[in-house]
Amino acid sequence: MNHGTASIERAETRLAWLLVAPALAVIVLVSLVPIAVTGWDALHVHDLRLPWLGRPFIGAGNFVEAVNDPRFRAALLHTVAFALISVPLELVLGLGLAVMLHSATRGRAFVRVSALLPWAIPTVVAALLWRFMFDAQTGILAASFRTLGVVGPAFDWFVHPLAAWLPIIAADVWKTTPFVAILLLAGLQTIDPVLGEAAQIDGAGPVRRFFTITVPLLAPALVVAAAFRMLDALRLFDLAYVVTGGGPGSATEPVSLYAFITLMQRLRFGYGSALSITVFLLTFAFALVWVRLLGRSLTGARS
Amino acid sequence: MGAFTRTLAHRSAVVSSRPVSLVLPMAGALLLAALLFPICWMLAASLMPESRLFESRPLLPTAVTFEHYRALFDERDFLVPIRNSLLVSGLTTLVAVPVAALCAYALARLRMRGKGLVLACVLAISMFPQISIVPPLYLILRELRLLNTYPGLVLPYLTFSMPLGVWLLTGFFRQLPKDLEEAAMLDGATRMRALRDVVLPLAAPGIASTAILTFLYCWNEFLFALSFTLGPDRYTVPVAITLFRGRYQVPWGQVLAATVVATIPVALLVLACQRRIVAGLTVGATKG
Repeated sequence: MNHGTASIERAETRLAWLLVAPALAVIVLVSLVPIAVTGWDALHVHDLRLPWLGRPFIGAGNFVEAVNDPRFRAALLHTVAFALISVPLELVLGLGLAVMLHSATRGRAFVRVSALLPWAIPTVVAALLWRFMFDAQTGILAASFRTLGVVGPAFDWFVHPLAAWLPIIAADVWKTTPFVAILLLAGLQTIDPVLGEAAQIDGAGPVRRFFTITVPLLAPALVVAAAFRMLDALRLFDLAYVVTGGGPGSATEPVSLYAFITLMQRLRFGYGSALSITVFLLTFAFALVWVRLLGRSLTGARS
Repeated sequence: MGAFTRTLAHRSAVVSSRPVSLVLPMAGALLLAALLFPICWMLAASLMPESRLFESRPLLPTAVTFEHYRALFDERDFLVPIRNSLLVSGLTTLVAVPVAALCAYALARLRMRGKGLVLACVLAISMFPQISIVPPLYLILRELRLLNTYPGLVLPYLTFSMPLGVWLLTGFFRQLPKDLEEAAMLDGATRMRALRDVVLPLAAPGIASTAILTFLYCWNEFLFALSFTLGPDRYTVPVAITLFRGRYQVPWGQVLAATVVATIPVALLVLACQRRIVAGLTVGATKG
């Protein structure tokens, strides 16, 4: 009998691995192997325009070049600054939208569709939309800012190195706030309304209830949403490519875009691999820190 | 007593939340307007003659024209990128979802060691920045002569759709009650038969959610399509739109018409399947 259950268990384990194998094989082949190859290529000179150089091993040479490359250092700063500015904005606005979705009694479906649309449309479309609205000649927002006197009559958002960030950040906030809201809404729906009612009987006003009950109980959802958004923001590519092309000059160029240009236009695959692996390292480092800092506090709070 | 406190709470809610009851809907309306305005404006502007776009305040399309849409299909041959996008997104979904479903079922239900590790790896890999695997994929696809082909896009698209599918479907399978498949197996059905006849029909909504999200992510993908296609015959919709700048200025009318066309399938999916999409977005996050 005992022998029988053991063999059934073994058969189940075998079946499990059989079912898991195809998906795992695909993931290993198309994701894990390539990332290892990128890491390996980053340690070599590999220039598609200079094939006679071969692919000599140069150790950390490409990374040393990157550290001394002002354009890379600027791109790194752009990437981190973009993430640190747009993600908090998205979290705050997303929380507002989530509360609204949660408390809406009528027109829920309409509100949900309105929130899902910006999230679902292609990033490229969002980018073109915001580029169009900030365009000096045709842009409705550019015209409004001129009328309001915020900017001068000849101001061009895409010529000013700092102002050019605004359409990028606006597009990102517009597109991903609904995503944050939907994640937070799921968290809101798990909060027992009795808690709020009890606090209300004890005399807590709506603002106080929000900060002492809703926000702390929503913390796990907030941490998850922030992690998703940060990891996404650190690999910023589509928006920068389409809204500004990294310009003026390279004033709005994130690391992903600089790596893409190095790879696909200059064909420097060794150096480009080193640049693109830094994006991976950046997200990896963030994930580690995030799990270390908040993973523990979260599980601690839960248990 | 309980009923009494509840009515009391209800009554005080009506009294104390009066200022809030004004502020919230107004903030909400503002937020909604901000979400919807760009899309409405895109639609309106795509129907305006080019000259109107340069006027000071062309808020509404007083003169409606379909000229941009005509030019889009007659001169730009925009049906080609639409066909490419549909084919690549559809094929990727058809490959990724069934394979991911088998894997997810095992991870959700079967006894095996290292399940947690596999799942953690899958999640980590779904977070890989795409740019980090562009260089080797480019070289491999070039070697296999798959650049500028449909398989040359489906294969890279599996890098994000497979982990996504495994992650979402594992969440969905875990939500299903175990009793039914256990009952089927007690009645003599094999594990695979229980999976096919009992579990899969029950999991159909979750599988639909996963398929919709996978399709949307493929339809919207940009970096791989930009890197691994070489000409207009294989451009996907996002790449085609981005690259049709005019020689001296952006042909905004046609670009906007194209963005509207690119948004239509997405909008239809959202309208028809909003609940399924929300289910897909939240199942992954709440398990994390």
